Amino acid sequence: MNVLEPLVLAIVNTLFDVIPIAAILLFFQLFVLRRPLAHVKRTLLGIGYVVVGLALFLAGLEKALFPLGRLMAEALTHPALLGSAGSSWRDYGWVYAFAAAIGFATTVAEPALIAVSIKASEVSGGTITVWGLRIAVAIGVALGVALGTFRIVTGTPLHWYIIAGYVLVVIQTVFAPRLIIPLAYDSGGVTTSTVTVPLVAALGLGLASAVPGRSLLLDGFGLIAFASLFPIMSVMGYAQLGEWRARRAARLRQARALQDQPF
Amino acid sequence: MRQLLHDLLRSLGDSVRDLMPIVLVVAFFQLFVVRAPLPDLGGLLAGALLVVAGLTLFVRGLEMGLFPLGDTMAYGFARKGSVAWLLLFGFALGFGTTIAEPALTAIADEAAKVAAQGGAIAPSDAARSSYAYGLRLTVAFSVGAAVVLGVVRILKGWPIHWFIMAGYGGVVIMTALAPPEIIGIAYDSGGVTTSTVTVPLVTALGVGLAQSIRGRNPLLDGFGIIAFASLTPMIFVMAYGMAIG
Repeated sequence: MNVLEPLVLAIVNTLFDVIPIAAILLFFQLFVLRRPLAHVKRTLLGIGYVVVGLALFLAGLEKALFPLGRLMAEALTHPALLGSAGSSWRDYGWVYAFAAAIGFATTVAEPALIAVSIKASEVSGGTITVWGLRIAVAIGVALGVALGTFRIVTGTPLHWYIIAGYVLVVIQTVFAPRLIIPLAYDSGGVTTSTVTVPLVAALGLGLASAVPGRSLLLDGFGLIAFASLFPIMSVMGYAQLGEWRARRAARLRQARALQDQPF
Repeated sequence: MRQLLHDLLRSLGDSVRDLMPIVLVVAFFQLFVVRAPLPDLGGLLAGALLVVAGLTLFVRGLEMGLFPLGDTMAYGFARKGSVAWLLLFGFALGFGTTIAEPALTAIADEAAKVAAQGGAIAPSDAARSSYAYGLRLTVAFSVGAAVVLGVVRILKGWPIHWFIMAGYGGVVIMTALAPPEIIGIAYDSGGVTTSTVTVPLVTALGVGLAQSIRGRNPLLDGFGIIAFASLTPMIFVMAYGMAIG
């Protein structure tokens, strides 16, 4: 019984989420474009899959993973586990480790990121792989969230981190391969969605209330901002790494070709 | 029939692989760091099954429904050639999907509490809910504007990094001017506006537009709308905090 109730709730919520979108699409398709859709049945079935799939997904998360994740965020930030006073930032090792691990894991499961990766891989002709992009983004989120928890623990101002991050992004933009740049900027926005936000926000608020001297309002927010800034850097880094390896391989090939040449 | 079953099994396998990291992380920390047994193992497994089934259906529906729909509409608008309608569509899509976004509603309520405690607005329920509603309107408007800007950029083929840098400049300037309590919320609101249904649609729209306009590269010009949609709310929310405070 208690599985059914969140399920129904999730379907209703997802429908409310989808109805305004469907209304807008329908209006423009019927009254502005005035063209019948090509594969009406298939498209409608697909949208139905999206609604039901998203609802099942959210209900399952709400049933299983979110409560556990929230409990865990509380337990890890609890003074009992932090041991001796928790006065230095070094006492929070497990918190950083958990932040990085949960940031990575939730990003890999993020449906919006899967969607963007599929599109990017399709458009790039396979140069950007679905899995490669997702891992790159997940590494970025892991680093970002871990650094964000470090910020809450030390109580340093949020905007210095964000501004420093912006400067790094701008510098990387100059050097990164041109084609990756829009995708990298986009991946900052897509990472923080249905799976990541609830768990990461719970971690931030839990930590801000556990660390002595932190304000819930001033310090509890801002983790999501880290999670959406760092993937920009890691995706550009992923492309830079790929370019560097391709260049090195080309150089090696050239060197070998020179060696093989008879005198 | 066998092909269908094979496809289904493969996409189920993909979903299991996608979710494995979360399960491993949660189990590891629960068993070895918190050192407590997993509570309600049956419920956990049932939930995990739902999640796997849901993700499988979602990805399938994406490829069958949302992507082709976004593509078709992008081609439709490109063929119609009316920029005004296209921009109106972009604005409606951005505004309409954001105003109903549950994550935004949660953040707006939280921000209203902060504002009431900070003394920026009267500590009554009516003042709080009107503040929260105003904030939601502000963010939805800023996302609509972002999609319009993103579409104009695709049509013109302008390089994205100038926009992003200008946006960053805007965020930095606003950070210096806005009341400190709003900053964390403003930064977070940039991340939460783009929902799981909006992202695939907007991406398909952008890439479809770039593909149907001669001389545009889908990778270079098609992406970037989401980036705008996560940058503008930060600036607008800080502006809102200043205007009210």
